[in-house]
Amino acid sequence: MSARAIDELAAGPRTKAAVDAFFAGRAFPIVDGPAITFVFRGEAEAIHLKHWVFGLPSSQQLARIEGTDVWHLTLELPPRSRVEYKLEVVRGGHGEWMQDPLNPHKARDPFGANSVAHGEGYEVPSWIHPDPESRPGKIDELWLDTKTFGRRRLEIYLPARFRRTRRYPLLVVHDGHDYLRYAALGTVLDNLMHRLEIPDMIVALTSSPDRLVEYANDERHAAFIVDDVVPQLERALPIDGRPQSRCLMGASFGAVASLSTALRRPGFFGRLLLQSGSFAFTDIGDRNHRGPLFDPVVAFVNQLRARPIAMSERIFISCGMYESLIYENRSLAPVLEATGMDVRYVEARDGHNWENWRDRLREGLSWLFPGPFLFVYE
Amino acid sequence: MSTVVLLGPQQPTPDVGAALALAHVKGPVALVTAGWQERESDDQALVESLGMKAVNLTLHARSEQVFAEDKPFAAAHKAKQGRLRLVNDFYRIRLDHEFEAARSISVRHVDPELLAEEQIESVEALKQLDRDHLERCQIKHDELADRWRPFERPAIARHRKELAAILDDVEAVVVMGGHVVSLLNRMKLFGLVGLCKNQRWFAAAAGAMVLTERIFLFHDFPPHGTGIAEVLDRGFGLVRDLVVLPDFRHRIDSGDRAGISRFVQRIAPATCVAMDVGARVHVEGGQVRHALCHRLDADGFIEERWTG
Repeated sequence: MSARAIDELAAGPRTKAAVDAFFAGRAFPIVDGPAITFVFRGEAEAIHLKHWVFGLPSSQQLARIEGTDVWHLTLELPPRSRVEYKLEVVRGGHGEWMQDPLNPHKARDPFGANSVAHGEGYEVPSWIHPDPESRPGKIDELWLDTKTFGRRRLEIYLPARFRRTRRYPLLVVHDGHDYLRYAALGTVLDNLMHRLEIPDMIVALTSSPDRLVEYANDERHAAFIVDDVVPQLERALPIDGRPQSRCLMGASFGAVASLSTALRRPGFFGRLLLQSGSFAFTDIGDRNHRGPLFDPVVAFVNQLRARPIAMSERIFISCGMYESLIYENRSLAPVLEATGMDVRYVEARDGHNWENWRDRLREGLSWLFPGPFLFVYE
Repeated sequence: MSTVVLLGPQQPTPDVGAALALAHVKGPVALVTAGWQERESDDQALVESLGMKAVNLTLHARSEQVFAEDKPFAAAHKAKQGRLRLVNDFYRIRLDHEFEAARSISVRHVDPELLAEEQIESVEALKQLDRDHLERCQIKHDELADRWRPFERPAIARHRKELAAILDDVEAVVVMGGHVVSLLNRMKLFGLVGLCKNQRWFAAAAGAMVLTERIFLFHDFPPHGTGIAEVLDRGFGLVRDLVVLPDFRHRIDSGDRAGISRFVQRIAPATCVAMDVGARVHVEGGQVRHALCHRLDADGFIEERWTG
């Protein structure tokens, strides 16, 4: 219907009144089954759709309806797709990237914000919104003096019903501050604990000033996490110090840091949550097309693929089908599973972005740490 | 055996008071809210709704006192619980594989008669797994009981004496729901059922589950994967030949006829009742006398307003 709606506009009188009527009360982009029509209204030399869906041209031109200032492009997207994008508006020979002014759905990330197209069947999960019945946990700042990196700042999430007399699992999160800001991690934890889908847990939110170096299979980072952060937290807080109660997680390079730390300290973390890991590898030689930042990652993943070991007990891996890293993640899952570890691998029709990682948190966390929902009947 | 009234969930509004009134219980009654764990004492609203004098047995708090006072026993109890958790994990792994095998067989295009035979075999395999698991749990309980003789330990014996004195003065025991493992363990620790004489029992949700012979955990809408019902442990057996599934509207996929049918066959010959808010099952001498709840049948249907 979307194509038809835009076609009807094109076939009509093309008056300002007709165009105004077309835009009145309509949601954009127009979703009709698998067809999503992106629309822009305004004077320009050209409009381009810019997105990061691996497998489609990353820049596609919108067509102008002659005699109007309306531009449009229709794409076919499979059900439950979620696509982040921007529009490039070319004026005076210069292109300016902007959010879609007609689309209220935005996704923030460390670089700003993108517009979001929700394909048919995609629903924003209810558990990412604050629930008035969920008691919020408390997030405190903590400075640690570490042997490895000197003084480092962490944030610590304590569950709403925190009691010193209990022992809690520990979740250590790479890029924790970004998870809080862009993946609603605090709200997600509050809600999943309230719904008894995960147990109450303590969450350490770490950040790195030099993540592309420290996260890329760096022994110093493993020492920082395993010899500095976890022991200090276990001394300060009531943490259940068994491997099965420890989880290390991260996205992108943060997933590489999680896996490499686990490999460098086998058995220490009984749970790993790896999202869209940058697990670049080569089947022959050591040259990769992603650039020198990935060289240590390639060496690490090649080594792991050659001699995989069961470094943990349970590993949850997620990746977006529209990411260039889908091949690497699909390849890694069976390698890890073959060691005997319990591996769960899930894919979503989404990209390399924070809301994809947010949307997988419920499935990942509740699988790694099943909450007491099965035991509570009130 | 005692008179038992099983009730459905008590959220958002408890109806245990109405059940007591209907049974002409004047009070006082003993309350078990150990399933609420640390919130055990937050019973003011409940007591008000009962409309009679109620004494909370504070089994959760008493257990904590026992564990603080008798450290060697606490360590042994904790170790047993840890082993039980592992036994349960292994049972779940086996259960997953058994379900996977049953599913693989069920989609084969073979003679329907043979397939039906195989489905019976699949259910039998599940029944055997459940039986083995219950047996293994019982061995772990017996090992602790034989070695430590909990009721003879001073900390527990003292509480049992106090509990017996309270129970002497009450007409009924009200067991509320909550965390079913916590509730089961705390009642078991003090041998509560054995301390009761002719008191009537009113038990809701998880409370109803622990008074039956077998406690099944279930949820068809888990946050990941598909839910497979699992047997937790033996209950106190005040109610026989009945498996209780509270809060079924939120937990059971009523459209999954195959799943319901498989579960009903798995627990047969026991009857499976689904208890939602307002449901009642009246039990005398261990057997259902009358009921007002839903019954799940072997064809995968839910018989609404089953009367026993």
